[in-house]
Amino acid sequence: MGKAKQIDRRWLFLLIFFGVAFPLIFTLGLPLETTKNVQMVYDLIDNMPKGSKALISFDYDPASMPELHPMAKAIVKHCFDKDINLIFTAMWPMGVQMADDIIYQLKDDYPDLEYGEDYVNLGFKAGGMITIQSMGKNFREVFPKDMNGNNIDELPIMEGINNFSNIGFVFSLSAGAPGIKEWVQIAHDAYGRPTSGGVTGVSAPAILPYVNEQQQLTGLLAGLKGAAEYEILLKAPGTAISGMDAQSAAHLIIIIFIIIGNVNYWRNKKAEKMGGK
Amino acid sequence: MKRKIPLLITFTVGIILIISEFIPHKPFGQLSGELEIWFLIISGFAILLGQLSLFKVNILKIKYKQRDWQFYTITLISFIIMVTLGFLWGTGKSAGMLGHGEAISSMLGYKPFDYLFHNIYQHLQATMFSLLAFFIASAAYRAFIGRTVESNLLLASAVLVMLGNTTLGSLLTGWLPESLNFLHLPKVSEFIMTFPTTAGQRAIMIGAGLGIIGSSLRIILGIERSYLGGE
Repeated sequence: MGKAKQIDRRWLFLLIFFGVAFPLIFTLGLPLETTKNVQMVYDLIDNMPKGSKALISFDYDPASMPELHPMAKAIVKHCFDKDINLIFTAMWPMGVQMADDIIYQLKDDYPDLEYGEDYVNLGFKAGGMITIQSMGKNFREVFPKDMNGNNIDELPIMEGINNFSNIGFVFSLSAGAPGIKEWVQIAHDAYGRPTSGGVTGVSAPAILPYVNEQQQLTGLLAGLKGAAEYEILLKAPGTAISGMDAQSAAHLIIIIFIIIGNVNYWRNKKAEKMGGK
Repeated sequence: MKRKIPLLITFTVGIILIISEFIPHKPFGQLSGELEIWFLIISGFAILLGQLSLFKVNILKIKYKQRDWQFYTITLISFIIMVTLGFLWGTGKSAGMLGHGEAISSMLGYKPFDYLFHNIYQHLQATMFSLLAFFIASAAYRAFIGRTVESNLLLASAVLVMLGNTTLGSLLTGWLPESLNFLHLPKVSEFIMTFPTTAGQRAIMIGAGLGIIGSSLRIILGIERSYLGGE
């Protein structure tokens, strides 16, 4: 493609900026459908018996918040609605704050929730896959205390939790490694626990092979769209649904520019041929 | 001796862990459990080592006034501030050396460490990540040109997945009758992601898995020694 024919990329940047900003300010409410993978995640949580215990791992940091935080909020909300007790942990150091922030955002909706009874935050532990493997053998060796320094033997929610066999399901909100891959390989493959998760849009293709007939992953929430679909299923519209309009506008602008780029390329090619003749 | 002992440790630990996968009984199961705990302890020290390394690298760059040394100074100052605040008043519900710092927390609304985390760090990281959107858009515009059959295929699937993964897909093809459901853009996108993409990813994963087995064996058997440093 001839350089002279290329559009100054600053125009593209400007359009992307307005394309993302406007739908965030003025919500369009474009239609959205739910997909099979998201429905599987919803069904897994919805069919859990009351009082079950689930482990949610926050394996991301603030960079991935726009995609993974709405997912985390919807999942935690669904679990609390179903009276599922939650054990939070993090394979990423910043994940601890992410879990805390979700609880902070939901505390007004669930004023009766008790720390240590309905949920607990075990905090971050370095080691990735080995940490998960050790948790599968003995929770107490890896996390003798929660993130606030409480002995986990004194927390009612941890009563009877010794390893993965005492957990209803595992859910990883993952932005990379260590994350969902490690949880699948240990929690599901080695210990047979139902495992599910949510990932950023860009890492979804690498994780999709685990959603298979063996149900290594029971469904998958992929990117902002996955979060928005979950909000629809939950009938609790949040930031993911409003963010989808912005994402759609950005994609549309990119597609328009791809078309312009191709038209320019073919015109240049034609002109070169004509010149050659 | 300096090289032989680490090689011997690597060989012994590697062999014990491999055997424990096939014979998870005494003494192998127990030994692998112990080794996992050792790994967790060493991982904790690795974080400390990383911080010391960050400190050393930045100090040297500032000392010799390397290009853009001012930025390294900012990194160091930020690092020291965060570590100090964390040590003094703790984070979240855990106390620091001076307790919880109720007076300063009531003024800021958070503990000092958490205040900086929520109001500066979080937004800086989100900004850095958001900038990617602009560069991806620019890169897509330049790269997705239909020059060959392969690039045309890539271009078509990229556009279909992009449309299918947004609300536009539902909007553009939502009117199609049930008999033409397979042309519905979200369905097309799902098909591309589930079959061709996943097939390609599986091939990559199997290749990478075999590669990991190969390089692990090379390390365990002492053929690959670069992790020891030196030559």
